[in-house]
Amino acid sequence: MSDHANAAREPATTSAKEIVISVRDLVVQFGEHRVMDGLDLDVFRGEVLGFVGGSGQGKSVLMRAILGLLRKRSGVIRLFGQDRDALPPRQLRALEQRWGVLFQNGALFSGLTVRQNIQMPMRENRNISQRFMDDLAMLKLDLVGLPPDSADKLPAELSGGMVKRAALARALALDPELVFLDEPTSGLDPIGAAEFDELIGTLQKTLGLTVFMVTHDLDSLYSVCDRVAALSGGKVIGVGSMREMLASDQPWLRAYFHGTRGSRLIGSLGRGMGGREPA
Amino acid sequence: MRSTLAIGEDKTIRKLFGHAPRFSARPAPAIARNEPRRGVMATELEAGPPELSRRDSGDVRRIALTGAWILRASRLLERKADEIISQGRGARAVVVDMSAIANLDTAGALALNRARNELVRAGVAASFEGARPEHQILIKQTAIEIAPPPRPEPTNLFVDLLADLGLSVVNALREYYRGMGFLGEFIAAIGRILVRPDLFRGTSLVYQIEMFGFRSIPIIVLINLAVGAIVAQQGIFQLARFGATIYSVDLIGILVLRELGVLLTSIMIAGRSGSAITAEIGSMKMREEIDALRVMGLSPIEVLVVPRVLALIVSIPLLTFIADMAALFGGLLVSWGYGDISPTTFLVLLKDAIGVNTFLVGLIKAPFMALVIGLISTEDGLATLGSAESLGRQVTAAVVKSIFMVIILDGLFAMFFAAIHY
Repeated sequence: MSDHANAAREPATTSAKEIVISVRDLVVQFGEHRVMDGLDLDVFRGEVLGFVGGSGQGKSVLMRAILGLLRKRSGVIRLFGQDRDALPPRQLRALEQRWGVLFQNGALFSGLTVRQNIQMPMRENRNISQRFMDDLAMLKLDLVGLPPDSADKLPAELSGGMVKRAALARALALDPELVFLDEPTSGLDPIGAAEFDELIGTLQKTLGLTVFMVTHDLDSLYSVCDRVAALSGGKVIGVGSMREMLASDQPWLRAYFHGTRGSRLIGSLGRGMGGREPA
Repeated sequence: MRSTLAIGEDKTIRKLFGHAPRFSARPAPAIARNEPRRGVMATELEAGPPELSRRDSGDVRRIALTGAWILRASRLLERKADEIISQGRGARAVVVDMSAIANLDTAGALALNRARNELVRAGVAASFEGARPEHQILIKQTAIEIAPPPRPEPTNLFVDLLADLGLSVVNALREYYRGMGFLGEFIAAIGRILVRPDLFRGTSLVYQIEMFGFRSIPIIVLINLAVGAIVAQQGIFQLARFGATIYSVDLIGILVLRELGVLLTSIMIAGRSGSAITAEIGSMKMREEIDALRVMGLSPIEVLVVPRVLALIVSIPLLTFIADMAALFGGLLVSWGYGDISPTTFLVLLKDAIGVNTFLVGLIKAPFMALVIGLISTEDGLATLGSAESLGRQVTAAVVKSIFMVIILDGLFAMFFAAIHY
C-alpha cells in the first residue's frame, strides 16, 4: 500500500526505493541474554517507519545499536548505504550529522538553555553567524510549537511535553534527513500527541524526512506511519502497512493490535482510514 | 490523508510546469542519471552552492536562484541571502524565482524569508515565484516574525559590583540560617529515633561505616605515615642545629596527636566521602527520588541524612586513631633511620612527651569534624537543582565548605583547649 503512496510521491526516482537504514542479521547480547537474534530490517527513504514491540523486547536496544551506542555481537548495519564499522572517524562524523535523535526523556543538556541546546549542533558543525543561529533556533521552536519565551528557559523549568518538543527541535537543528524518535508521544496529552504526529507528518513531507519511530502509541501508528515493523523474540516478526498488520494472523500482532485498546481504536478509526491509504 | 495530498500535489506540479515533477525535497534531478548513489552528501555537492542571477525586465527585477539553499552551505547561505537584499534594493519590485532551486531546507527558507522581509521594509515589493509545493510549505512555515532576543539593559559596573557583593553577603547569611535549620532538623530526627528506635536504620549505618570508614583505611594510613615521616625528618633536621634532636620526638608526638592526625583525616574524608554523599543525594534529588521518599511519608533526613552523618561520627574517630598510629609509626621509622634514635628510645621519649590528654584532644575533636562534614555534604546534596551543572557546583561547594569549616573548628578547639589548659 505504502508502495503506491511512495510511487505517487516520487515518480521521478527509479522504482527501486533507496534504503536508508539496512540491518542484516543483527545479534546483540547482554551477557547470556540475547536481545537481538538475527534481526533484519530495511527503512526506505522518505517513509515513517513505526517500530512496535512489547516492553523489554529491545526496541530501544535496536535504535541504540543502529546509532552505534551499543556494541553488537555480529551483523551489519548500513546507514545511507555505508557500513558504520568500516568508516574512518571523519566520515563517520559527517554521517552522524545526517540524522537527529529524540531520546525518550529528551536528553537536553541540563546546564544550557533551550536556545543553546538547539544551537549546540549548529555551533559545533556549521559556520554561521550568531544572529542567524538565533533566528534558526526561534524558527525550530516555532516549528515544534513552543512559545518564544521558552528559548531562554533551562530544561529543568520545562514541563515533560515541552522537554519533548525542545528535544525534537534540537534533533531537527541541522535539518537531518533521518530522524530517530524514541517514544515521541509518550507523556504528552492527546492534543499534544496529535499535534506531534501532525508535526512529524508535515516535516516528513516538506523536508523529505525519513523517520524511524519507536512507539506504543496506536494513534501515531495510524496517523503518521507509512509502515509498521513489529519486534518480538529478537526478530522482526512483521513489516507492512497498518492495514497489513491488522490483517495479519500472527498471534502477537493480533494481541497487540486487536487487544482491548487496539480494537477500540480500530472501531473508531475504521472509517477514517480509507483516506490515509488509497486502495 | 497524506498520500492523497501528495497525488494532488503532483497534479498541481504538472499544471504549473507541464512536466513531471522533479522531486526536490531531497533527490536532486542531477543525480537521477548518476552513477551509484553515494547518498545525499554527494547529491548536495552536485546540486552546487547557492547562487543567484539578476535580470531586469522593466520595473521588475527578477532574481533567479539555483543550487542548494541549505544549512550545509553555512556562511555562504547567509552571504547569498544578503546578496538578494543588496541586489534587490532600489528596485520597485523584486521577484525571486525559486523554480531552479535544487534543495531547500528550513534554514534556506528562513534566509530567503529574512531577505524578503528586509526588502519589504526597504519599500520594495518583493515576492517569491515558481516555488514547488514543498518549498512553498517550507517558505510558509518559516515566514514567522522572529522577535530579536531581549537585550540586557546596560548597567553601571560599580552598581553591579555593589549588588553582587550585597547578594553574596545575603546568600552567606541565608546559608548560615539554612545550615542552622538543618542542624535543628537533624537533632530533631535523632530525638525521634531515640524515642522510637525502630526508625533507626542499622543496615544503612553499617553499610555507610564500611564505605566511609573501613574503605578509607589504606589511604588514611598512607598519608599519615608520610606526614609523620616528614614531620620527623624536618624536626630532626632543624633541631640538630641546636643539638636538640631528641626533642623531635616531642614535636612529632604533640603535633600529630593534637592536630595533624584528626585534621588530615577530616580533610581526607571531606574530599573522599563528603563529595560522594553530596553527589549521591544530589543525583537522587535530580531524579525525584527524594520526592518519592517524601510522598511515602518518609523523611529524607531520617532515611538519608542520619545514617550518613552517624556513620561519619563513628568512622572519623576510629580513622583518627588509625591515623595517629600511622603517623607515629612513620615518625619512629624516620627517627630511627635518619636521626639515630632507636625505636626503644623513641617510645620512652614519646611516653615522657605526651599524656593521655594529648591523645584525647585529637580524638575529642573527631566527632565534631564528622558532624560538620556530614551536615554540610548532605545539606548541599539536598539543595541540588535540576541541572548537571548544579550538581557539580554543589559537590564543589560541599567539599570546599567542609574543609574550610574543619579548619575553622580546629582553630576554635585550639583556643578552647588552651583556655582550659588541657
